[in-house]
Amino acid sequence: MNALAAVGRFTLEKLVVLGQVARFFGMLVARLGIVVKRPRLVIQQVHFIGNHSLLIILVSGLFVGFVLGLQGYYTLNRYGSEEALGLLVALSLVRELGPVVTALLFAGRAGTSLTAEIGLMKAGEQLSAMEVMGVDPIRRVLVPRFLGGIIAMPILAAVFSMMGILGGWFVGVVLIGIDTGAFWSQMQNGVDVFNDVLNGVIKSVVFGVAVTLIALYEGWHCRPTPEGVSRATTRTVVAGSLVVLGLDFVLTAIMFSH
Amino acid sequence: MSNQKVDVWVGLFVMLGIVALLFLALRAGNLSSFSLADTYAVQARFDNIGGLKVRAPVKSAGVVVGRVADIQFDDQIYKAVVTVNLERNFEFPADTSASILTSGLLGEQYIGLDAGGDDRMLVAGDAITLTQSAIVLEQLISQFLYGSAEREGAVD
Amino acid sequence: MASQYNDVMNLSSPAPAERATERSDPSVLLSFDRVTLGYGDFVVLADLSLQMIAGQVVAVMGGSGSGKTTLMRAATGQLPPQAGVVSVFGQPITGLKGAALQALRQRMGVLFQHGALFTDLNVFENVAFPLREHTTLTEAALTNKVLETLDAVGLKAAAHLKLSAISGGMARRVALARAVVREPELVFYDEPFAGLDPISMGVTARLIRRLSDRLGCASVLITHDVAESFAIADTVYLVGQGELKAHGSPATLGESSDPYVRQFLDGAPDGPVAFDYPVTPDFERWAEHKGVGQ
Repeated sequence: MNALAAVGRFTLEKLVVLGQVARFFGMLVARLGIVVKRPRLVIQQVHFIGNHSLLIILVSGLFVGFVLGLQGYYTLNRYGSEEALGLLVALSLVRELGPVVTALLFAGRAGTSLTAEIGLMKAGEQLSAMEVMGVDPIRRVLVPRFLGGIIAMPILAAVFSMMGILGGWFVGVVLIGIDTGAFWSQMQNGVDVFNDVLNGVIKSVVFGVAVTLIALYEGWHCRPTPEGVSRATTRTVVAGSLVVLGLDFVLTAIMFSH
Repeated sequence: MSNQKVDVWVGLFVMLGIVALLFLALRAGNLSSFSLADTYAVQARFDNIGGLKVRAPVKSAGVVVGRVADIQFDDQIYKAVVTVNLERNFEFPADTSASILTSGLLGEQYIGLDAGGDDRMLVAGDAITLTQSAIVLEQLISQFLYGSAEREGAVD
Repeated sequence: MASQYNDVMNLSSPAPAERATERSDPSVLLSFDRVTLGYGDFVVLADLSLQMIAGQVVAVMGGSGSGKTTLMRAATGQLPPQAGVVSVFGQPITGLKGAALQALRQRMGVLFQHGALFTDLNVFENVAFPLREHTTLTEAALTNKVLETLDAVGLKAAAHLKLSAISGGMARRVALARAVVREPELVFYDEPFAGLDPISMGVTARLIRRLSDRLGCASVLITHDVAESFAIADTVYLVGQGELKAHGSPATLGESSDPYVRQFLDGAPDGPVAFDYPVTPDFERWAEHKGVGQ
């Protein structure tokens, strides 16, 4: 009976958190107008969140592309279908790896820095100071970061996919020697702009909203102590990654089941 | 960082994103093969379309001359009705035949047009009457087995 | 408009002699009417009543945990009272939300205990923040105002510095500048002397007195520093053990014979505020578990 009560309590706790997150989301959405009045704030955040993540996304995309090219070649070679390597690399990246891996890296790099920044601002009473000055900290601090994350994520995912395809091309065509014409033409025949590329973009937008929301929520609600901030950043990465993977399953099921 | 510098970097970032998206759409995807040329619609009925999908190419002599626009089921005649958009600068005789072919052995399916000899050309809204359905692998195999079983029987 | 900060730093004349305010009508800027403050079941201050008028420097004093900061949070509307009415500028602040609350808050200034400066901005931008958020001054006018205010606290030449480059005392002064840059009518100073060297303490005390006189605002000093605050305050409120223990001018309190007041002012280790932490059932359980006597 104790175990049942524990499960019940656990579920109830999670439901409460879900409700709080939904309410937090509502608070952010209600204040989105700041992008029109103070676009500079949003632009600055796109810089901090997006530009500063570019290096890791470029390099990771390239190396994932290398590995896809290599592994893909080994597998396709067995069935004599090496010429389909371009198609394999492109579809894997555009549909799945691009949005998902980018979101996971994003949660780790940008998500944690958002949580830590907000948490430390809370600990240093900066948010309180703003409130007392008559400045709404949600509007001034949180919403620009929320928009910055949503704008940056799809761009990063597209860049990741592009780097991956180029990486796969490099390994497959330049290093291994597959025919470059076959590489690109099979890819172009098989990758559909609406079914594959657009769906990948939609996924990355959804992931961007989810990860940024979780990062800001954890920072806003963390305990303003060093331990509190550390726990909050951990939760951002863990919860963010799990939510991304879960959403990926749901979205894939919706989008790619004919 | 001064405001101007930030603007420049963010602008570059967004630019990179647009470039990446265009790359994916054009070089990786099939957007470039969407012809913006004028098209006219023609219908064809098939017993079995196999794995044919919307936006599949329509080829004649191996060259893409159009795209599959729509696939419907007619429950009066119990056949698949495929609407095809052909590029306006390609005209086909009224007795052209359409078959559903597979690229390679296990590849994607497309419609192949075999031009006929009629003087009258197909116009928008016409129907292609001569059609060849997709070859369904299971039927082929069962035919082969049935045929070989018959032969076995005949020998005995 | 001539700067109201001129000769604020004229330290030669002693502060207590300049109590004359520039406004003749005393408007009540802050009033607590039988206010009870607490968090949940825990009551911090019960049945508290006080008033502050323009041009006054009021010191709210008490030991650690006596509820001084809670009082300030109630005055800024961050903590709703469990009973009674808190009024600011003649309006009750409890229950106000959104634009109305922000309008009241823009007429207040707060100096937080640790400065609470915005770490991603430099000195100039920190002081400019309230102006950028709430006013539509031209860049030139804004720069002038900010540098004027920094000048009044002696940090005009530090405007370009990053926060990591300034000392704690300087940071406190930057925070002070930020709190008064919009010339508020009511200013709160949360532990302004804590952790400062004697020189900085003297400077800060003088600054608070001068700014109060020049701006005609009411200054509320939350502190437990007896020497500095008695030198500049007009009225002192002493809180402790959940209630207002005494109030009056520094001279009156200095002559008081109330045991709590005496212990506080004399700094005696034991008295109404006991030295030994009281024994609780939790402690008795723990001691038993540890196997130690009590």
